[in-house]
Amino acid sequence: MARVLVGVKRVIDYAVKIRVKPDKKGVVTDGVKHSMNPFDEIAVEEAVRMKEKKIASEIIAVSCGPAQSQEVIRTALAMGVDKGIHVEIPAAEYETLQPIHVSKILAKIAEKEKIDLIIVGKQAIDDDSNQTAQMTAAVLDWPQATFASHIEKGDKELTVKREVDGGMETIKCKIPAVISADLRLNEPRYATLPNIMKAKKKPIAKMTPKDLGVDISPRIEIVSVEDPPVRQPGVILPDVDALVGKLKEGGHI
Amino acid sequence: MFSTCTRQVSTQLSSQLRRLQSTLIIAEHNNEALSPITQNALTAAKKLGGEVTVLVAGTKCGPAAEAVAKCNGLARVLVAESDAFNGFTAESITPLVLATQKQFNFTHIVAGASAFGKALLPRVAAKLDVSPVSDVIDIKSPDTFVRSVYAGNAIQTLTAKDAIKVISIRGTSFEADKLEGGSTATEKVEGSYSTDLTTFVSQELSKSDRPELSGAKVVISGGRGMKSGDNFKLLYDLADKMGAAVGASRAAVDAGFVANDLQVGQTGKIVAPDLYIAVGISGAIQHLAGMKDSKTIVAINKDAEAPIFQVSDYGLVADLFKAVPELTGKL
Repeated sequence: MARVLVGVKRVIDYAVKIRVKPDKKGVVTDGVKHSMNPFDEIAVEEAVRMKEKKIASEIIAVSCGPAQSQEVIRTALAMGVDKGIHVEIPAAEYETLQPIHVSKILAKIAEKEKIDLIIVGKQAIDDDSNQTAQMTAAVLDWPQATFASHIEKGDKELTVKREVDGGMETIKCKIPAVISADLRLNEPRYATLPNIMKAKKKPIAKMTPKDLGVDISPRIEIVSVEDPPVRQPGVILPDVDALVGKLKEGGHI
Repeated sequence: MFSTCTRQVSTQLSSQLRRLQSTLIIAEHNNEALSPITQNALTAAKKLGGEVTVLVAGTKCGPAAEAVAKCNGLARVLVAESDAFNGFTAESITPLVLATQKQFNFTHIVAGASAFGKALLPRVAAKLDVSPVSDVIDIKSPDTFVRSVYAGNAIQTLTAKDAIKVISIRGTSFEADKLEGGSTATEKVEGSYSTDLTTFVSQELSKSDRPELSGAKVVISGGRGMKSGDNFKLLYDLADKMGAAVGASRAAVDAGFVANDLQVGQTGKIVAPDLYIAVGISGAIQHLAGMKDSKTIVAINKDAEAPIFQVSDYGLVADLFKAVPELTGKL
């Protein structure tokens, strides 16, 4: 049975219309609704299903970030994860925390906890990087199964269907491995109230990057964060003939 | 006087730095043809300045290497042909890229931000202990890049401090290199790169005679409003008349109307065609992330309040089941 590590990130809720800060150094996060990165919910769900199928023995959820990151760990615990690890990063340093740092943290924890399988979301919907799984796999020298939409666990290997540009592909990779979850891997469950209550009793260990021997000094400098160019308002056309006219005018037909 | 002097020194310095710069592009292909996104990557690399080397790896590299060698002004085209690269797995190509990097000391390693590039580059970057920059939409200088965050709702400019810059570029943000005027000789790369970490098993690719979604001049996409997969025929008919590619919203993919590789959006394909026609698509943030850089956007939706009308140049508030066949008939 496999020991599974899932990475969960607290991000601005996907339905929120974000606002750029007036000083153009970032986006407004104070007082804005946050939740678990949607791809990470899928990662947690997959790990919990593995436990239900008796493939996984224990699931640990890790989140790196300021104190509020514990909220998403609690959510993961309520979904069926056994225990949490909060790697505390002060808010100021969190601004320049990148997948390279997170992947080193995940790799250290994986070694410490004798993990066989790491599952993370394919990308976080805030920085849209799509890097953490690949980099964690590289640090550990494990195979990576990115953009997974179906996972089957064998004895010493995984058979994974991946979403690629022209369709799907199937690969086999050795265990231990790192998986990144794509949208269609599963449909995450809702945490029920009794499970949310139970989750409060589950342990969350606290540590710092320093405890793990990971240097989180910035690799980038954010020059600016700005609003995207605004599109000019368009027109509503009365009928299909008018649309055909506009398409001709634009040289599209 | 003093400031002119400083400026001269800094110009000299930056031109010297530029000369020391060198970029490796990892070509994407399918053993039969070069992927168009590599042409966009070539343009991005030329914008970085310095010499450009292209690496073609695969089980059969001939066609892609020949095509890319026609690009004007390349320093070299490296070809690594081996069964080890079956399925282009990141686990097999990463050691090859690292060996190439060791030999030539590139300052930049670039690939397109496709499924291939996204899987490979972060693995390479971690091995080099550098932080990669994903899905770059503009290059301000050799170390300053622009990318979109929060599903395209904010544009971030960042300076990468690491010595080697590993960047994936958004294909639609850079012109395609015409692959003309050059004839670089190809050089073979030797070495054993087989790995037992991952084995490629099979591929199930969607077949279509229509243009490829990411590079199409016209894209027609359907959403939940299409109601069924069969109704997508309405869009295929219109697409065939216009020489367009067909895309879809996540809702349409999740409902099983079409295959997931047609999804346009934050987590699907990013497109920026001359004309984008959104049919029965409400226009959620995540969908807009994939298409709002299209030159002209047309929306056909019966809900006049749909957010898609806030980004469309031409909107038609109508029942798509009447409007689309009528449009097809009138073209």
